[in-house]
Amino acid sequence: MVAFADFLPYILSGVIWTLGLVAGGLSIGFAIGLLMAIGQIYGGEEAKAIIHAYVWFFRSIPLLVLLFLFYWGVFPATGFKLDPLACSIVVLGLRSGAYQSQIFRGGIISLGDTQLLAARALGMSKSRGIFHVVLPQALRISMPGWSNEYATMIKDSAITFSLGVLEILTRTRYVVSATNEALIPYFFAGALFLVLTYAGTKVVNIVYERTKIPGLLGRL
Amino acid sequence: MIVVSVPIGTALAIVLGVARVYGNRAFSLAATCVVGVFRGFPAIVTLLIIFFALPEVGVYFSPYWSAVLGFVLVTGAYQSEYVRGCIQSVSAGQSLAARALGMTRPQEVIYVILPQALRAALPGISNEIIYLVLYSSLASYIGVQEMFGVARTFNSLNFRPIEIFFTAGLVYAAIATVCFVGFRLLERRVRIPGVEAAR
Amino acid sequence: MAETNVVLKVDGLEKSFADNRILSGVSFEIDRGQIKVICGPSGSGKSTLLRCLNLLTEPDKGRVWLEGQEITNANVDVNSVRQRIGFVFQEFNLFNHLTALRNVSLALEKVKKMSKDEANALAMKELARVNLANDAHKYPAELSGGQKQRVAIARALAMNPVIMFYDEPTSALDPHLIGEVLDVMKKLAQEKLTSLVVTHEIGFARSVADEIMFMGEGKILEHGPPSQIIDKPTHEAVRLFFKRINELYRRDED
Repeated sequence: MVAFADFLPYILSGVIWTLGLVAGGLSIGFAIGLLMAIGQIYGGEEAKAIIHAYVWFFRSIPLLVLLFLFYWGVFPATGFKLDPLACSIVVLGLRSGAYQSQIFRGGIISLGDTQLLAARALGMSKSRGIFHVVLPQALRISMPGWSNEYATMIKDSAITFSLGVLEILTRTRYVVSATNEALIPYFFAGALFLVLTYAGTKVVNIVYERTKIPGLLGRL
Repeated sequence: MIVVSVPIGTALAIVLGVARVYGNRAFSLAATCVVGVFRGFPAIVTLLIIFFALPEVGVYFSPYWSAVLGFVLVTGAYQSEYVRGCIQSVSAGQSLAARALGMTRPQEVIYVILPQALRAALPGISNEIIYLVLYSSLASYIGVQEMFGVARTFNSLNFRPIEIFFTAGLVYAAIATVCFVGFRLLERRVRIPGVEAAR
Repeated sequence: MAETNVVLKVDGLEKSFADNRILSGVSFEIDRGQIKVICGPSGSGKSTLLRCLNLLTEPDKGRVWLEGQEITNANVDVNSVRQRIGFVFQEFNLFNHLTALRNVSLALEKVKKMSKDEANALAMKELARVNLANDAHKYPAELSGGQKQRVAIARALAMNPVIMFYDEPTSALDPHLIGEVLDVMKKLAQEKLTSLVVTHEIGFARSVADEIMFMGEGKILEHGPPSQIIDKPTHEAVRLFFKRINELYRRDED
């Protein structure tokens, strides 16, 4: 039995990296996803086609393949030298954008078109109406689906071990190969992911409850 | 490997879903724990535990069967959420009518509730199965002869990452798309007017 | 089986949900071939009463006998009891994923253990009895409310019950569809199929019922033949109830 006190802190320090990956990926994904959702609903035919292709691409190719493709292939080819962490965040972000676009799209659709019609009837331009009237409501409706995306992201961050990013799983694997003990480290890592997932989902739920619009019954 | 994991995984999902809704305290709690664990652990961690950690307590699985077991547990857990939700969304009156006719609980669940719940859950379940197709790439890290692993080996021999990984990606995408279309057709075939998913 | 002429006997039935006393002591008997109707304002416990009688809901106190056998006894096989009671719901509760024919034949196969052919033949016969032989292969979503309820009646009849319970069978129907269901129920009543009907349809009660039981505040306030209950009731609440209904109808006639 190896002294666990030694390696637990090492694995725990990976949490910061994991959270960094998740925060970075979700942020990039948020921006891309929101823009694409708006494009898919309010955009023209070419925009819709491009977005559709993008979404298909990033949802039909395994994350593992995407990571390798970009790290070993795309970035070197285009002259950018990115370290594993940055590359991972970008790839996670691009991919998350595809998923988030569908979440937000669903939120906007379930809001219905009457809100925007009312805004435009008041003289607002289309973009003002979308920004001030549709989005605040649609984003809130999307929260439950979004917490799923958070949960997925926490777990997908583990896949970046394949590029050597020093997050939880990579560190766990180092510990396993160093101590020849697999059971406890891996379970510990799994438990960490569980806790992170649960805590984050709980936070999103609290925000969702707090921002409840009084009197409006959920249509979902 | 996916072909084997999918049916078993879906069967497990149904068992878990039913257990959580209809089971007594013990079964329901056990099912909830199983689902919670395997949805909470990243799939890769589950695979690694089965293949590398279990041998420490004397349980050995070959790479292939480790992967199958791992994927069955993971997809079973995720799918059971859809199953559970759809079981609960079948109206209570169906259950009342079945029991008023004298059906036992198992008869009621098998012949009345599940046929309706599973049809409604099909879109969600097919989504999970497509995820599984993509996550199968992880199995290469526990030694399964799998497309991604092959691609990596190829790449280390002839360093042409863009072509190799792009091709691999497209093959996955093709399989996923075929599955997607296939499931849409399946949904249409089993569609019964009046039994639809409540979104 | 001692008194086989009394199909259903109820004694002192009580049921509460949380702090609400829904049933506070209900007792009555139904003889073979009798049609009894239960009327009363909403909330008086009519539906709860029916559901207690076929054990879909468990009564707190009281005893029930079906053909002399006490069914509130703990040792009773609930499923075999329910086979002998036909239950028709207000919301129909047809099995949505099955055709009309299969709705009727499913329980015949699985509960009564009939062969597929026997079950189908009997199911078709019952559907013909409610005038739906031509729609046997339609799904519930493709049927009108009146058709759905008639399938529900056929489904209950097919089990060959000793008594039929109807829980407000026409309350969920559009007005123009009520007639077809009442006609079927009248036909069955004429065939002397023992029935207990909870309904607001006073006209039906007047023409078909052997006795009306008026429920209020969880008890049977008054019971007797339709001519007495509807036209000359003695209990204050009953009089008020029918007075209001008569006013409603009279206003329509003007």
